[in-house]
Amino acid sequence: MSAVATLPTRRDEAWRYADLDAVARLWPLPDAECITVADGGHFARTLVQDAGGVVQLVLTLGKGAVGAVHVLNTGGDYGRIELDVTLHEGADFTLGGAQVGGASQTLEIVSTVRHIEPNARSHQVVRSVLAGQAVGTCLGKVAVSKGAIGTDAEQSVRAMLLDRTAQANAKPELEIFADDVKCAHGCAVGELDAMGLFYLQSRGLTPPEAKALMLQAFLAEAFTGAEEAERLQALALERLEGVL
Amino acid sequence: MLTIDNLHATIADKPILKGLSLTINAGEIHAIMGPNGAGKSTLGYTLGGRPGYEVTGGSVTFEGQDLLALAPHERAAAGLFLGFQYPVEIPGVSNVQFLREALNAQRKSRGQEPLSGGEFLKLAREQASLLRMDMDMLKRPVNVGFSGGEKKRAEMVQMGILDPRLAILDETDSGLDIDALRICGEGINAIMRRPDKAVLLITHYQRLLDYVKPDFVHVLANGRIVKTGGPELALQLEEQGYEAVAA
Repeated sequence: MSAVATLPTRRDEAWRYADLDAVARLWPLPDAECITVADGGHFARTLVQDAGGVVQLVLTLGKGAVGAVHVLNTGGDYGRIELDVTLHEGADFTLGGAQVGGASQTLEIVSTVRHIEPNARSHQVVRSVLAGQAVGTCLGKVAVSKGAIGTDAEQSVRAMLLDRTAQANAKPELEIFADDVKCAHGCAVGELDAMGLFYLQSRGLTPPEAKALMLQAFLAEAFTGAEEAERLQALALERLEGVL
Repeated sequence: MLTIDNLHATIADKPILKGLSLTINAGEIHAIMGPNGAGKSTLGYTLGGRPGYEVTGGSVTFEGQDLLALAPHERAAAGLFLGFQYPVEIPGVSNVQFLREALNAQRKSRGQEPLSGGEFLKLAREQASLLRMDMDMLKRPVNVGFSGGEKKRAEMVQMGILDPRLAILDETDSGLDIDALRICGEGINAIMRRPDKAVLLITHYQRLLDYVKPDFVHVLANGRIVKTGGPELALQLEEQGYEAVAA
């Protein structure tokens, strides 16, 4: 992880959408948690950020190791989750991230995935629901080193704005120094489908119930395959009901 | 049950319904036919309360209540069901979850106890089998990947589960093959042909009316009902066309 020694400014690309006043209050940041998964090992982690703060995780997956991180970022005025992941040959990494923000919250998921050896796979899905004046950011960098042929990297970032005053920032970034790699990224910011909402309401759901049902399904895409999918779903729904 | 009096409605300031009046009593089945652009779907959406469909005049009374003062979900709880011409796909939300929540939301607003998971599944199974729909389909996301015919049958299963007093069915017959048309027609009869219920069928064609015999047939043209008759009117329309009959 870019061990941040000095307080970041707007000029730091990875912090340009951050709530820098909140960062200053939190300064100095706690040390990043570093985890190394041995060759062929398995790792799964669920991170629930519901009180605010900055969480940094540095993860290295050995040859053929499989790792999954599922994140629900909902809490505090400022909540940032940062992942720095290094993949050795044939490693397989999944990130499923969900953010639900309202009022004047700033929520961020920032990931760097380094494919340093051949044939590793990374699959990242981030879904954000933003209401009020909330700001939700997803910065996802994929770096493919020279020689990391057969890399398969995929990023899907989507945000749903419930109010015109909410803001979503999404920046996928690819840095590729190898041939024969597959790197896909998709990004969309939108609002709830009005016809879908009317359809659900015409069957008896109140407007908040209809919205919660659609948003719950939207966020669920981030929890696919998570060990604690049900708990994450329940917590996300609780938070959704808070912002609707 | 439903009294529509001199209803005027616009979409984006364009007048579509221009003084439509219609009375439907309990136990009756009405069919509204008419050419493209006559205002048939607008009538359905206006009664359902779709945003963007603005009522500029007239009144609609449903079971003694001012229907137009109610939000869409309140209209549903009052016993109104709108069958969509193009049922909407809701990715990620299963039919079972959606319908159970919808039914229990309606029951709650009527002061009834919610159905338990088991009670609901029993009801859903009964209604699905009536429409010859596999329960597995109901576990899938709402209308996602359903064929045109499956979407319409799913609409009828929804109607069976929600058990409305009045069903407004907008071109339920469009996109159906012959077998699906018969199954949907039989479904409408089984669910809605009762002395305390009523149906308003919106359709282009006579063929659905072979299965669901209407008591009254109305011709809608240019935002108003221009002619009313019995089932024979639908046959006459089929034979002679709207222009000849409605002129």
